[in-house]
Amino acid sequence: MAGAAVLGRLTWRAGTVASVRDETATARTIALKIPSWPGHRSGQHVDVRLTAADGYSAQRSYSIASAWAGDQVELTVQRLPDGEVSPYLAQVLAAGDPLELRGPIGGWFVWEPAPAPVLLVAGGSGLVPLMAMIRTRAAAGAQAPFRLVYSVRGPGDALYAEELAERQRRGDGLHVAYVYTRTTPAGWPVPPGRIGAGVLTAPGWTPERRPAVFVCGPTGFVEAAADLLVSGGHDPRAIKTERFGPSGGQS
Amino acid sequence: MGIVSPGFHGRRRPGGENLPPGQYLVTDFPVLSAGPTPRVDLASWEFRVTTETGQAHAWDWSAFRALPSEQITVDLHCVTKWSKLQTPWRGVPVDTLLAEVETSADFALARSYGGYTTNLPVADLLGGQAWVAFEYDGDPLTAEHGGPARLLVPHLYLWKSAKWVTGIDLLTQDEPGFWETLGYHNYGDPWQEQRYWGD
Amino acid sequence: MSTHLDGNVLGGELGELFTADVTAATGQCASCGAVSAIAQTLVYTHAPGLVARCPSCTGVMLRLVRGPGRAWLDLRGITCLQLTPPGQP
Repeated sequence: MAGAAVLGRLTWRAGTVASVRDETATARTIALKIPSWPGHRSGQHVDVRLTAADGYSAQRSYSIASAWAGDQVELTVQRLPDGEVSPYLAQVLAAGDPLELRGPIGGWFVWEPAPAPVLLVAGGSGLVPLMAMIRTRAAAGAQAPFRLVYSVRGPGDALYAEELAERQRRGDGLHVAYVYTRTTPAGWPVPPGRIGAGVLTAPGWTPERRPAVFVCGPTGFVEAAADLLVSGGHDPRAIKTERFGPSGGQS
Repeated sequence: MGIVSPGFHGRRRPGGENLPPGQYLVTDFPVLSAGPTPRVDLASWEFRVTTETGQAHAWDWSAFRALPSEQITVDLHCVTKWSKLQTPWRGVPVDTLLAEVETSADFALARSYGGYTTNLPVADLLGGQAWVAFEYDGDPLTAEHGGPARLLVPHLYLWKSAKWVTGIDLLTQDEPGFWETLGYHNYGDPWQEQRYWGD
Repeated sequence: MSTHLDGNVLGGELGELFTADVTAATGQCASCGAVSAIAQTLVYTHAPGLVARCPSCTGVMLRLVRGPGRAWLDLRGITCLQLTPPGQP
């Protein structure tokens, strides 16, 4: 099982960029090869540290996007317009470059295959750790029903859109509901708007079914969604949250 | 030093100015905070100086704003390594505030709304070295930068310039404040790079 | 920024100092008595150090400063921290 290795304390180590691929106009997935990677659980993150030639350094946290697969780790980075780290990762970093990181980190916001249904609520790049959960579920052949509610500004901002559509088509228990806050796809039945109580409820997804709930995204989104879930009757102890920076990423 | 990231420069601008050791120049104005931004209502705002004998002198907002104030332009040096030069403020000199009290105390503890504290020698608050500032760049000081009023002591690292200041306690014994009790230098002179204990 | 993140971001720094996962540990706030996972604390990261506050009362629970070759940790805001030693489920 992923994470069975006893880790000891974390230290900085170097990975090498194996490849990069664009996800949207402003987000990119970086595939890293990290020698002696001990494995990770879905929901965990790494801290990335960039150092300039004169020693100046900046550090940010990024969720792991991939299911554990040997020494390969994928991160998906959203470029923020006035970010310090994200423009470098999303535009400058290239295959063959080193990347210093520390991880895997996190023992609380994690999902390991278990029978309970799982409700995932993502705002913007908050989808990344939840996608690791979806991919881990598939890799393990797990049967637990998964429902993803994914809030984005518009269709062009949606990460992993094709992969999510393909996984839904397989009919193995993943359902995805989109919330568009600024622009909707052609023919969308509702006008754009923020997440509301309605989309968080669905047949078979009431609090009585006691799903595990994971919410991730910018601080404001997470707090609004968590409030809606609690007022909708979900047990606060069943809701785990992870907040990203105000613009939906770590900048 | 970590592994160099090819092509990474970071947000800062090249120095070349006369900066304290280890600092880099910024042109924006970073906001640092250890907690939620206090929202202080001017109707209940108070600045209180308490002496070592328990005497107190307090100003409400209108009494404070009736005091003579001055425009100053100062350089800011944050212990997190950014420096911002030639920043324009308006404030009441701490000399003016302390002139109202009788004290022989050597130590001061500045207190802020929200619970933050920082300590300084009384000598560093006097002689034109410190202000209680209420305007930045011609506008009322915003809450995120410490408004309605903050302490401004530019010759020390910026953590000594307590945001949301609500008073100064004058003490016969030094009382380390919020960061000084957690590894940060008790005095904090940027020109001697006094960032941490023992520096 | 004066907005906050949560205790999940402490995992990297604390993971260099402790082998147990402190973010998954639960702590009782010394100010108000509420019990939270450290991952649920409100963490202010844009500061000279990391400050984790109680999600119920915003009282300071944990503070951490990293200096060259040293770290300072203040846990006075937590009455008691319940940890799971590493290697256990």
